[in-house]
Amino acid sequence: MTVIPGHGAAVSLYPRLAWYGFRRHATYWAAALAGAFTNTVFGVLRAYVLIALWQARPGLGGYDAADAVTFTFLTQAFIGPMQLFGGGLDLPERIRTGDVALDLVRPASLQLWCLSEDLGRAVYLFVVRGGPPTLVGALLFGIVAPHAPAAFFLSVALGVVVSFAWRYIVALATCWVMDDRGLAVLSMVLTTFFSGLMLPLTIFPGWFGDLSRALPWSAMAQVPADVYLGTADPARALGFQALWAAVLLALGALMTGAARRKVVIQGG
Amino acid sequence: MIRTYALLAWTWTRAAAQYPVSFALMTAGGVVVGGLDIAAIWVIFANTGTLAGFGLTEVMFLYGASQLAFALADLLFGNLDRISRHIVSGTLDVMLIRPAAPFVQVASDRFTPHRIGRSIQAGAVLAVGLSRLDVPLGRVWMVPVMVVSGVVIFAALFTLGGALQFLLTAAPEVANAFTYGGATLTQYPLSVYDPRIVRGLTFGLPLAFVNWQPGLYVLGRPDPLGLPSWTGLLSPAAALALAAVAALAWRAGIRRYRSTGS
Repeated sequence: MTVIPGHGAAVSLYPRLAWYGFRRHATYWAAALAGAFTNTVFGVLRAYVLIALWQARPGLGGYDAADAVTFTFLTQAFIGPMQLFGGGLDLPERIRTGDVALDLVRPASLQLWCLSEDLGRAVYLFVVRGGPPTLVGALLFGIVAPHAPAAFFLSVALGVVVSFAWRYIVALATCWVMDDRGLAVLSMVLTTFFSGLMLPLTIFPGWFGDLSRALPWSAMAQVPADVYLGTADPARALGFQALWAAVLLALGALMTGAARRKVVIQGG
Repeated sequence: MIRTYALLAWTWTRAAAQYPVSFALMTAGGVVVGGLDIAAIWVIFANTGTLAGFGLTEVMFLYGASQLAFALADLLFGNLDRISRHIVSGTLDVMLIRPAAPFVQVASDRFTPHRIGRSIQAGAVLAVGLSRLDVPLGRVWMVPVMVVSGVVIFAALFTLGGALQFLLTAAPEVANAFTYGGATLTQYPLSVYDPRIVRGLTFGLPLAFVNWQPGLYVLGRPDPLGLPSWTGLLSPAAALALAAVAALAWRAGIRRYRSTGS
């Protein structure tokens, strides 16, 4: 038996897909840099609003003004890798065109296939779209140093997995709901508001704040930022993210099975 | 020009009306997305009574005025930011040989009537803010003037962003920093920003004339930078000046454009 180099073991399939995802996004470096520029400009605007709020209420939500500024630029840096405005997957387009039938009969898990590509994408965007806002924030306002760098990177990685698991569910729902744009808008509303991208969830009042901090979207921006700032216990934070990642991935796997049973391939 | 625009926009509106459920849902989506801004303002004022010297109703008034202007400009001219796609796909060539101004064609192409949802939401916030403010009749006439000036300023920004894309076809998102960035910037009283930025927005890129200077006039409040109270009345002039610059930039972009020819 001969093994064709590079096409052999299935173990190498997913790392390979991740690498392709990375390379594919690296092609559009100008668009990524333009996105980084826009994220940076909005970061500066958000920072001023939060500085004004923290001047009125020093120590609000357990942050000082420097923490609030750091929080702003970190969450702006997460927009690209975590795809906080949604999208990043080809799946809805492939469902609409019917190409998904091909994906579903491949001898590989559709969910892991997409996850691998998405992780490659996230690594590239973490550097190219995450770096500039953080640097500019540090130069203009000064940001605090990471409290626990290793835990932070782990938390970002888990955040990407939660983000992917959520976007995969939204994308796959296109199989049942014909208009995917409405779903995309709904997902964007939930993600931008409950991830902490608009305002830190720590300043949301009362039961609404408790609820928002327990929902999965907080794992995408609020929790990694808290791990960076040292305002959350790293072990508990990572456990929270891992729990939501497991729940959402399991739900996505169930939906994949249901989609596979639902799809009808027309011969021809 | 206006007739051509209205005709093209009406065609797209009729197309959108073929899917009434989608249209209703997308309009409602616009209201909800705008509602998020209000939720953020609500969270801020749940934590503090004043932000940079302004109370909740004043912020609602300033927010409503600038966002109504932006939403209307986005409805009418927002599709100018799709020009890089027209350049890349070659459809701009088709527009250039048609007997209608390319500006009108690009602005009205894929006209999206459901963007009216954002205008409705912003208009409602403006109305609520104004009704709670007790503005004297002698100054309330400035409100429609500032909204119209704001529409012109944001339309000019969309035009400038479109003209910029003749240079930056690979990175059209840069223009968003100026158009959507301008809308975000004017959501809160400009007193939250560094005075140097506010000066730049007064004497350079005239975003201070969208809602800040005319808003101070309507509210009867002194300018933190010490400019006289009639500065706000200059909004229409500032809007026309920016529109003239944008028109020149657009013409330069069209003139400079060279088709790939295939």
